[in-house]
Amino acid sequence: MSETSVSAAGPRKLGPSDDVARREQKILGIIETARAKRHKFRDERITTAHGAGGKATAGLIEGLLLPAFANPALDQLADAGTVTIDGTDIAMTTDAFVVSPLRFPGGSIGELAVNGTANDLAMAGAKPQALTLSLILEEGLAADVLKAEVEAIAHAAEQAGVTIVAGDTKVVARGQADQMYITTTGIGKVDDRAALAPTSLIPGDRILVSGPIGLHGTAIMLARGEFELGAAVESDTRPLWPAVDAMFEEAGPGLRCLRDATRGGVASVLNELARASGVAILVREATVPVPAVVAGAAELLGIDPMHVANEGVLVAIVDPAHADAALAALRAAPGGEQAAEIGEVKTEPPGMVLVETAFGGKRVMDQLVGDPLPRIC
Amino acid sequence: MKFVDEFRDAELGRVLAHEILGAVEPGRHYKIMEVCGGHTHSIYKYGVDDLLPANVELVHGPGCPVCVIPMGRVDDAIAMAHEPGVIFTCFGDMMRVPGSHGTLTDASAEGADIRMVYSPLDALRIAKQNPDRTVVFFAIGFETTAPSTALTLKRAKAEGVPNFFCFCNHVTIVPPLRALLESPDLRLDGFIGPGHVSTVVGARPLEFIPADYGKPVVVSGFEPVDILQSVLMIVRQLAAGRCEVENQYKRIVPYEGNLAALKIMSEVFALRPHFEWRGLGFISHSGLKLSEDYADLDAERRYTIPNVRIADPKACQCGEVLKGVIKPFECKVFGTACTPERPIGTCMVSSEGACAAYYNYGRFAREKQLV
Repeated sequence: MSETSVSAAGPRKLGPSDDVARREQKILGIIETARAKRHKFRDERITTAHGAGGKATAGLIEGLLLPAFANPALDQLADAGTVTIDGTDIAMTTDAFVVSPLRFPGGSIGELAVNGTANDLAMAGAKPQALTLSLILEEGLAADVLKAEVEAIAHAAEQAGVTIVAGDTKVVARGQADQMYITTTGIGKVDDRAALAPTSLIPGDRILVSGPIGLHGTAIMLARGEFELGAAVESDTRPLWPAVDAMFEEAGPGLRCLRDATRGGVASVLNELARASGVAILVREATVPVPAVVAGAAELLGIDPMHVANEGVLVAIVDPAHADAALAALRAAPGGEQAAEIGEVKTEPPGMVLVETAFGGKRVMDQLVGDPLPRIC
Repeated sequence: MKFVDEFRDAELGRVLAHEILGAVEPGRHYKIMEVCGGHTHSIYKYGVDDLLPANVELVHGPGCPVCVIPMGRVDDAIAMAHEPGVIFTCFGDMMRVPGSHGTLTDASAEGADIRMVYSPLDALRIAKQNPDRTVVFFAIGFETTAPSTALTLKRAKAEGVPNFFCFCNHVTIVPPLRALLESPDLRLDGFIGPGHVSTVVGARPLEFIPADYGKPVVVSGFEPVDILQSVLMIVRQLAAGRCEVENQYKRIVPYEGNLAALKIMSEVFALRPHFEWRGLGFISHSGLKLSEDYADLDAERRYTIPNVRIADPKACQCGEVLKGVIKPFECKVFGTACTPERPIGTCMVSSEGACAAYYNYGRFAREKQLV
């Protein structure tokens, strides 16, 4: 609550009766204890919600995959894992792409497949170096469609400065896949200037975003033509290493953690980090760069832009002494003109993300439940 | 966004909050019910509560379309979705509402063809695109959404789309409000009236609230400034000893309603003798079914559905929440056994449900200050 609104509304009492207030505090305590625990996987079947990047995805990863493969690199749950070979830290990651439609304003599946994996490496502080490419193709796919995507992959790889060093192709019978799926795996050497960890957030740190949010998800949504909304909006898919490189140069030791805000949006990233570090995060809604077209579409569809996917926006957590330098570096990087500081790390309540609304109230911003938009990337 | 941002203006909000503070009697506790789930959602989303004085309490009402659907109807929907050849269409929130054996999302994972739509016209389009399949639309909602269902049915009939059917669960707002006002365990000072419903039915049908029960009503818009202004209007009525229906949402709501929408509803729908509401039980003349003229498009006539009344889970107190008798966190399973990811009750599913709004947005908004 801002100070002005305190003076307008007067001090807030707990409510009509202390009993009710105590009950509320007790329940909140119980919920937070339950929330701080690792998510479980208890579902009987996989539903689309498991692919949405929200709570069900967390259950799948933390409840099934992590326990099965537990090791220090994976346990970080970062965008890329790190392996050390002869004293050199190598970041490695993999990503599958199933986006529908294959082409959309501002990009295509091939471009996403390169940028998505390259950006996951960049978030680990590594300059993307090489990718492998695996294609799953549906019987009957038009050669022109495939050629166009191969060209898109080659072009994006050139832009991102990565080489495709190995690959695989498989064809499945008609109906057993939807046109084409792509998996890319990437490696890069972790930069000497990087000291990043999702557990390293401390109160006072600043939260930066590298550009306007929600463009990719909105572009896909409109490209599917399901909503009969007409608006010019393009996906933001782009390589993020140049922005990361610039931040290392200007604010290297002050960078605590980087995440690209893909599925589940900025909200999911902030919730994951708040939980990983046991801190609270406060977002000032009025400072978040939301393009008018994203705000409009989200309003009509009842979605929070903070939950909408991006393919070229990173969230950086920065020591306050380096925040201005990091922000200036982001703004000078390609596509970073609208980079902004959107909030800061706090102490209480741990594991939670709160929003100071532009209207002057405050609310929780949780992870997404369910899946408003399957096959976004 | 033009015409929207003006109603989310923080400065205007502070001015209104200050006026409310000046208009309330110190020492008096005000309990005001917002009827609509849309209001509940806005109140939490924008933190409107934070701007109200401590002695003004907002109580959440029954006007959440998803929340009031009983479990038995969800089971009926799932049964239809599993019928051979059916494409079952519904709004997104309904996918996650639990029936007695899982949700429509679960049914989809088991192989039923269930598609989320944003409008009944989308469902009709799917029917036209799939002439060899049968498309059923799960129609829910108050008078707000009933006209769009009616219009879709009218179009389906006019165009002779043979494979489009409607599973009608539309309800009306006045009967549950009356039931609520008859309930002895609730003390309310006034109502924030349902803005969206009133765009269709007008403000006149709410006149019984001041006339028969002596409570002021202000029909309200859904932006935070609208809600604060409506609270102010209610508090001023109480201070002046007035008791009437006022219309804060004049930019949208005509006092007499939308006559064209009412006409088409009367053609397509007929009142059911009674309809079951989640947690509230059966309420007379509160539900709509398809009229005889539209019987051919009625999914309930086409399919044999279980049509069994399923008792709410014992621990679930959605009924108490919908009546405003308890706050979400006072429910025994709130936040522990019942969460947005694993809801037991409907109020935890819909974004307009009081429990989901409180869980997703409201926790910590009031007392726990950031340190």
